[in-house]
Amino acid sequence: MSSVLADVLVVTALIGALALVHRPLGDYMAAVFQSKNHLRVEKWIYRSVGANPDAEMRWPAYLRGVLVFSAVSVLFLYLLQRIQDKLPLSLGFKPITPDQAFNTAASFVSNTNWQSYSGEVAMSHVTQTMGLAVQNFVSAAVGIAVAVALVRGFARSRSRTGDLGNFWADLVRCVIRILVPLSVIAAVILVACGAIQNFGDIHSITTLTGDKQAISPGAVASQEAIKDLGTNGGGFFNANSAHPFENPNGFTNLLEIFLLLVIPFSLPRTFGTMVGNVKQGYAILAAMAVIWFLGVVAVTITEYAHPGAASQLAGGAMEGKEQRFGEGNSSLFAVSTTMTSTGSVNSFHDSFSGLSGGVLLLGMMLGEIAPGGTGSGLYGMLIMAVIAVFIAGLMVGRTPEYLGKKIGTREIKLAACYILITPALVLIGTALAMALGKGESSMTNVGAHGFSEVLYAYTSASNNNGSAFAGFAANTEYHNTMLGLCMLLGRFVPMVFVLALAGSLAEQKPVPATAGTLRTEKPLFTGLLVGAILIITGLTFFPALALGPLAEGLA
Amino acid sequence: MTTNTQKTDATTQKTHATTQKTDVKKQDSMSTPTLAPHQDAPTGHKPDGRVGGGLFDPKQLVKSLPDAFRKLDPRVMVKSPVMFVVLVGSVLTTVFSFKDPGDWFGWVISAWLWLTVIFANLAEAVAEGRGKAQADTLRKAKTDTVARRLLKDGSEEQIPGTDLKIGDLVVCEAGDIIPGDGDVVEGVASVDESAITGESAPVIRESGGDRSAVTGGTKVLSDRIVIKITTKPGETFIDRMINLVEGAARQKTPNEIALNILLASLTIVFLLAVATLPPFADYAGSHLTMVVLVALLVCLIPTTIGALLSAIGIAGMDRLVQRNVLAMSGRAVEAAGDVSTLLLDKTGTITLGNRQAAEFVPVRGTTEAEVADAAQLSSLADETPEGRSIVVLAKEKYGLRERHQGELAHAAWIEFTAQTRMSGVDVDGRKVRKGATASVIAWVQEEGGTVADDADTIANRISEAGGTPLLVAVKDDKGARVLGVIHLKDVVKEGMRERFEELRRMGIKTIMITGDNPLTAKAIAEEAGVDDFLAEATPEDKMALIKREQAGGKLVAMTGDGTNDAPALAQADVGVAMNTGTSAAKEAGNMVDLDSNPTKLIEIVEIGKQLLITRGALTTFSIANDVAKYFAIIPALFAAVHPGLDKLNIMGLSSPDSAILSAVIFNALIIIALVPLSLKGVQYRPVSADKMLRRNLTIYGLGGLIAPFIGIKIIDLLISLIPGIG
Repeated sequence: MSSVLADVLVVTALIGALALVHRPLGDYMAAVFQSKNHLRVEKWIYRSVGANPDAEMRWPAYLRGVLVFSAVSVLFLYLLQRIQDKLPLSLGFKPITPDQAFNTAASFVSNTNWQSYSGEVAMSHVTQTMGLAVQNFVSAAVGIAVAVALVRGFARSRSRTGDLGNFWADLVRCVIRILVPLSVIAAVILVACGAIQNFGDIHSITTLTGDKQAISPGAVASQEAIKDLGTNGGGFFNANSAHPFENPNGFTNLLEIFLLLVIPFSLPRTFGTMVGNVKQGYAILAAMAVIWFLGVVAVTITEYAHPGAASQLAGGAMEGKEQRFGEGNSSLFAVSTTMTSTGSVNSFHDSFSGLSGGVLLLGMMLGEIAPGGTGSGLYGMLIMAVIAVFIAGLMVGRTPEYLGKKIGTREIKLAACYILITPALVLIGTALAMALGKGESSMTNVGAHGFSEVLYAYTSASNNNGSAFAGFAANTEYHNTMLGLCMLLGRFVPMVFVLALAGSLAEQKPVPATAGTLRTEKPLFTGLLVGAILIITGLTFFPALALGPLAEGLA
Repeated sequence: MTTNTQKTDATTQKTHATTQKTDVKKQDSMSTPTLAPHQDAPTGHKPDGRVGGGLFDPKQLVKSLPDAFRKLDPRVMVKSPVMFVVLVGSVLTTVFSFKDPGDWFGWVISAWLWLTVIFANLAEAVAEGRGKAQADTLRKAKTDTVARRLLKDGSEEQIPGTDLKIGDLVVCEAGDIIPGDGDVVEGVASVDESAITGESAPVIRESGGDRSAVTGGTKVLSDRIVIKITTKPGETFIDRMINLVEGAARQKTPNEIALNILLASLTIVFLLAVATLPPFADYAGSHLTMVVLVALLVCLIPTTIGALLSAIGIAGMDRLVQRNVLAMSGRAVEAAGDVSTLLLDKTGTITLGNRQAAEFVPVRGTTEAEVADAAQLSSLADETPEGRSIVVLAKEKYGLRERHQGELAHAAWIEFTAQTRMSGVDVDGRKVRKGATASVIAWVQEEGGTVADDADTIANRISEAGGTPLLVAVKDDKGARVLGVIHLKDVVKEGMRERFEELRRMGIKTIMITGDNPLTAKAIAEEAGVDDFLAEATPEDKMALIKREQAGGKLVAMTGDGTNDAPALAQADVGVAMNTGTSAAKEAGNMVDLDSNPTKLIEIVEIGKQLLITRGALTTFSIANDVAKYFAIIPALFAAVHPGLDKLNIMGLSSPDSAILSAVIFNALIIIALVPLSLKGVQYRPVSADKMLRRNLTIYGLGGLIAPFIGIKIIDLLISLIPGIG
């Protein structure tokens, strides 16, 4: 079987599996968030934190919940890293330095999972399992909760009070009823396929050449499952999903790609079900799928066609890629991980050809919406839909409305603020680093590729992706701090606008659809949405991309 | 407005009014003459009397130039964030050019940036200028009048019109200008309202009823009336009209504000993209000058829509004014585009207003011709529209020559009265009667005649079909007997069914309001093709209907003229008051139709939609334009340090300087090129939202993507011909 055919089969199998699963999973998630019952374990949790899960929250209260919970998480995670040497199962690792501990805390709480450290030589068992792994669940759940609140804003028609549900209930249910069961299943399969899961000590072995090598043990499979499922991306090992303990074979590779795509691609179904019109969900899903698929095709073709004698002999640009996975699987993983907010990698994006690197960058710059992170993908896409509806709605001669809700001054103000945040963080972050010389000092490469490394780091952090152009030396006080700030601001400031928008929508009485209403469930609208996303993002980042990946790729 | 000023206006504006026709040809071709009062003038209305619309005259650009310069005041400019950025950019590049006076490039770019700002101001000035011309004619009507105030003891005193208070009684006689808005409390007069409506035929104003309102500035032509003043001087109808057409009272509408916010946010995004570029470029080894950065920024921010946005809004109001509709707020115009339910009065809007004879149905034993003859005879003296229509039908269908009353010298005409409910004639020993079924049957029986057994059946059948039956009976040498039945029918205006189908395609539901019984209403509703009807409607029913529709989230538009319409007019989202109506109705509505043509509502909805579509289309166009500008500027900036980027120069522009300059020039010229479109509005067709979106996306989205590639290339070719460049 030729490798191209194999790649086509892999992509087909992936799409088939996602198509099969997204309906039941999406409907299940909708049911979870609309359920009136509480499980016993959930009641215990509510009692212990003193929350009333049945109290409806307006948007400021919901936002308060998100921010308080996340602030406490950052503090806890920071402390845990700072005192890990005094806790059991420390493996003898020293406490993490303040700047790196801040960076890591911000990174895991913001669902970014940018790692300026190598997990296997820095983080103790306690830090990994009590700190980082827990955040893998709850940071993903916070994203989903905010998305669900926005969906309720669209779905709730008669609630003049603007109630958006209860943050604590959404958070707890998402973890208990969705993320935990799914990751248990995924972890078991991963273990069965060869991923490791233990709390052992470091093995020291002597390699064939006589060198000493430390083999790290750990609860890898369980972390691997939620790492992908929750679009987190923080690997147990520095090599992330390229490491055979994390990703042993072709099947687990496919499974991991499936895991990182499955929730983001199922949430549009949840959205459609909750607003009572599944076709609206399909339109959003289609927009996500089209962009994702275009990305996969673009990167795969570019990687295969990579010019140069060495890569032509190897059948493609194989530097930085696992022989086990090859061109197709690496490209598929790379696009999926950058277009979700995952950031786990099975190959090194630094090694992709210039143009492919540009596509991966663009995937993140789109704001993680195709299909995006758990929850953040859906709300990011819905914000873009609001903007697209505003322009398209005008063109059909009505003041714009989406799902029966008018997109007026207040709504467009919030959506406009949302789309400002991440471009501002990416561009200002990169520009500051370059202007202060901090960018150049951390580059491994020179010229346009070196610039791409800096741009990639700030894009990845601000969009809460977490993947890196491996060459970039991120563990400096400056970058740890700035990237940490980018991650926190890029995560929580947009959430403020999303929840405010949700509140404003929930207060509205819906307008009934007529023949004069823009049909947002039609392919035409999906096309418009994709076009608007690509053009608006493309225009924002074109100069920066031109000086990095384009300059390199077109040279 | 005197006839003279109208004339002078008309000469310059005539051409515009005719082009206007092609502009709205779609609507017009669908409409009957009564739907488009501007195009036919049976009432003596001068279609060219008002400021012309549609296409604009290039001369207006020159005329508005001083205003465009006046608008350079930063305090004015700051209201449009996009253009304010361009203004700041122009100042910056000019300053930098002064620091480096030898650099021709800086000077040329500065000049074009200034032109960009001027062009934007020009667009607004031209739009406003058209209103100003109209305001001037209105001001002439508002000459300071002297009021004859009636004192309590019955004597009069002369005071200036500006000193009047609400509640004052004033007297106006033939030749007087009415000093202020008010209601006639005594007397009847014919009034020339051409100053406001442009309609030269005088109208009757009388105390009591729905024809009592008079407007300050209009002229009494005959008789004497006493008017109770209802508005303070300075706030009269004519004052508000002047403010409206001049744009002085113009406030940004909600949708315009929302769009401005979106444009501001895009401007900030592009500001960031450009402001962060120097460190990136420095690393790449290319130093960017301030002039180049500003040029790039101005090309990227949505200047096209930013420059034309306020002109579009002003022109939208202006288009209403051209159709003789005054919107009291821009908000109402926008709401008109969103209307999903139209309440239309049956009489005058859907039907011609009068019942007309449709056929003569004989009872058994008589012929149609006999019925026709008797019917015609009985109606000769009947001057009601129904009566005339019987004579007309008899002539058209049966060739019966119209007999004149004089031919029947010794005929005794019997007038219709509410008691007898019959009319007719006694002539040459023949008695002919026509009238309500029961009355005529009673008459026949009284005269000792017999009533054919099928007379009742025929009458009932006509009733059920929504018509009105008139029995025709005769008494002659053969005795008294019923001859047959005249079928009177409400005649639905031509083209209404198509119009309602269009509205349905636009997603607008039409509800017919009528005082008729449900049976008649249903028949007419079906014939006209409206979606629903409200029969035996009282003002309370109307109000309840509006509230019910609004509770479902719908926006409702209606027309009305009576005082009892006022609450419903106020409740409706778009309430169009007829100018002939009472002041209460005019106060309650948010628009006033000076032509008092209820069908205008449909045009108002279309204008509202057109306004929004124009905004959306130009926004799309403006954003799509940026793609080409990047392909011009980015290779120009960086191909020197990254030769690979020259592959992006797909237009093959001759030199970096020329590429940047071409993009800036295109950016400025496109504003001027689109001024006519923004003033006349994007072509609107009543089709479904899907079709409309597809069409507009193709023209303004795809067109906006492609057009600048061509435009910039052409400008570059021209520039490269200039020696020393390229």
